[in-house]
Amino acid sequence: MNFAAIETATEWCSVALWRDGEILSLERRAGNRQGEFVLPMLETLFRRANLGMADLDAIAFGAGPGAFTGLRIACGVAQGLAFSRNLPVIGVSTLEATAEESGAARVVVALDARMHEVYYSAYEKRDGGWLAALPETCVAPEMAEIPPGAGWIGCGNGFSVYADRLGPRLAGRLERIAPELRPSASAVARLAAPRLAAGEGLDAALATPHYIRDKIALTSSEQGKGK
Amino acid sequence: MLILGVESSCDETGLALYDSDAGLLAHALHSQVAMHQEYGGVVPELASRDHIRRVIPLAREVLAQAGRELNALDAVAFTEGPGLAGALLVGAAFAKSLAFALGVPAVGIHHLEGHLLSPLLSKRPPAFPFVALLVSGGHTQLMRVTGVGNYELLGETQDDAAGEAFDKTAKLLGLDYPGGPAVSKLAESGRPGRFKLPRPMIGSNDLEFSFSGLKTAVMLLARSQPGDAATHADIARAFQDAVVDVLVAKCMSALQRTSLERLVVAGGVGANRQLRAGLDAAAARQGFEVFYPELELCTDNGAMIAFAAALRWKGGLPKPDTTFSVRPRWELSLAG
Ligand SMILES: Nc1ncnc2c1ncn2[C@@H]1O[C@H](COP(=O)(O)OP(=O)(O)OP(=O)(O)O)[C@@H](O)[C@H]1O
Repeated sequence: MNFAAIETATEWCSVALWRDGEILSLERRAGNRQGEFVLPMLETLFRRANLGMADLDAIAFGAGPGAFTGLRIACGVAQGLAFSRNLPVIGVSTLEATAEESGAARVVVALDARMHEVYYSAYEKRDGGWLAALPETCVAPEMAEIPPGAGWIGCGNGFSVYADRLGPRLAGRLERIAPELRPSASAVARLAAPRLAAGEGLDAALATPHYIRDKIALTSSEQGKGK
Repeated sequence: MLILGVESSCDETGLALYDSDAGLLAHALHSQVAMHQEYGGVVPELASRDHIRRVIPLAREVLAQAGRELNALDAVAFTEGPGLAGALLVGAAFAKSLAFALGVPAVGIHHLEGHLLSPLLSKRPPAFPFVALLVSGGHTQLMRVTGVGNYELLGETQDDAAGEAFDKTAKLLGLDYPGGPAVSKLAESGRPGRFKLPRPMIGSNDLEFSFSGLKTAVMLLARSQPGDAATHADIARAFQDAVVDVLVAKCMSALQRTSLERLVVAGGVGANRQLRAGLDAAAARQGFEVFYPELELCTDNGAMIAFAAALRWKGGLPKPDTTFSVRPRWELSLAG
């Protein structure tokens, strides 16, 4: 099985190619300019792997949560690529991909969600896969749910941006923190591979970002009440 | 040359297939109007979220309608700007990636170029050169168009666009968003002459517009009058009379100044019946010709984007470029 993976939920632009179990990847800091880099980077990977679109069986993407525009770039690119040949698409949680980067077995992930909140979850390694120990949420760091037991590794930039609030909140639970860990396309690819093999890929039209933060505007009647 | 057009600059997702030999093969549109209505206007983030759900189903629809396969495409055209950044990016990401996967170029089109060339898609297309009046929710501009890619700005609004004035007037009169069609419907039952509103800049010796004062005048008038339905209709009528008078006068002035004989009207407000009647009458009096896009192509659509790309790249498509970005603010005169 061969497939491409794209992860642009943070200010990084990260792409990977899965070639029968082997991963080639490229990433760079892109700010909010992922559109300028994502396809040229994929082109480079195709060249290195000596693969083309015709050799792909699926497309995977980091579905979020993360920067809204970045999520739509990953999803839109996945849709465009997949639609060209009716390939299945799979969206992978950006938080889970961050956990996957850690190499640890018990991981709390907190990614900066701006507006004094983090995208937050916790995962435990079970039978080679990740089991969600906490639901994915968007939450103020000081309100974050505390994972059970100890020995957790705190991953993601939420642990540096909100160090003063997440640290005290998770006191006693964390073994160490790794704020520098971020979601990558190769992690997305590793998580996607077994799911694609199990036939979990969807039609490209059904590929959708997972925003979590869904209340983004007030209706006219809600605006009226606020006055 | 077979081109798939993708429009996603604001609150309409439009896809279309245009063939330079066979003409417009199919177009499909999803309007988000109902979704934004609850919020009293377009919520950019919600618009972006909706576009990404609509693009592929609409693309499938036009391919099926036209009976064509994706691998027959020679290019994918998308709206590169101006418009809402997040909404534009959805179309750009999809179009560029699809084109990359198919090994064909994706070309970015200026949204207003799409609008202003759209009358050329009609059964009675105008010949170049002409004066174009672009009247939409975001723009009110007069341009001198001497050919594809040759657009000279003659004048534009200093503040609100005409469509925006319609939408704001609708809000003041308690009508639902988007207000243009609602105000225009109400105005048809209104009595002309009961109220008189100012015609901003009608006598200014140039081709500039201003509509924000008119909105204020409507507000003051509505406040000073009873709120019954007949009065609202009369206010709507007074408002529409004022806008139409200004637009007609400026168009006639533009034709005279440029010594051109053809006027092309594009953009959502171009669907306004009273405006069309006013322009037709004035043009007939003065010996000009007026051209409009087909009614269904007045508002945003993918057909105009595919069509503009076909005209622009008639002589040969550019090499594929896989980088993409969008231009939320982009002057049409700089797109040439
Ligand atoms: N019959 C009508 N009379 C007056 N205004 C109308 C009518 N129909 C539509 N409009 C107005 O046209 C505008 C929508 O036009 P269109 O879709 O071309 O523009 P837009 O997408 O809002 O702006 P732009 O194209 O400049 O970005 C709205 O302001 C709407 O109220």
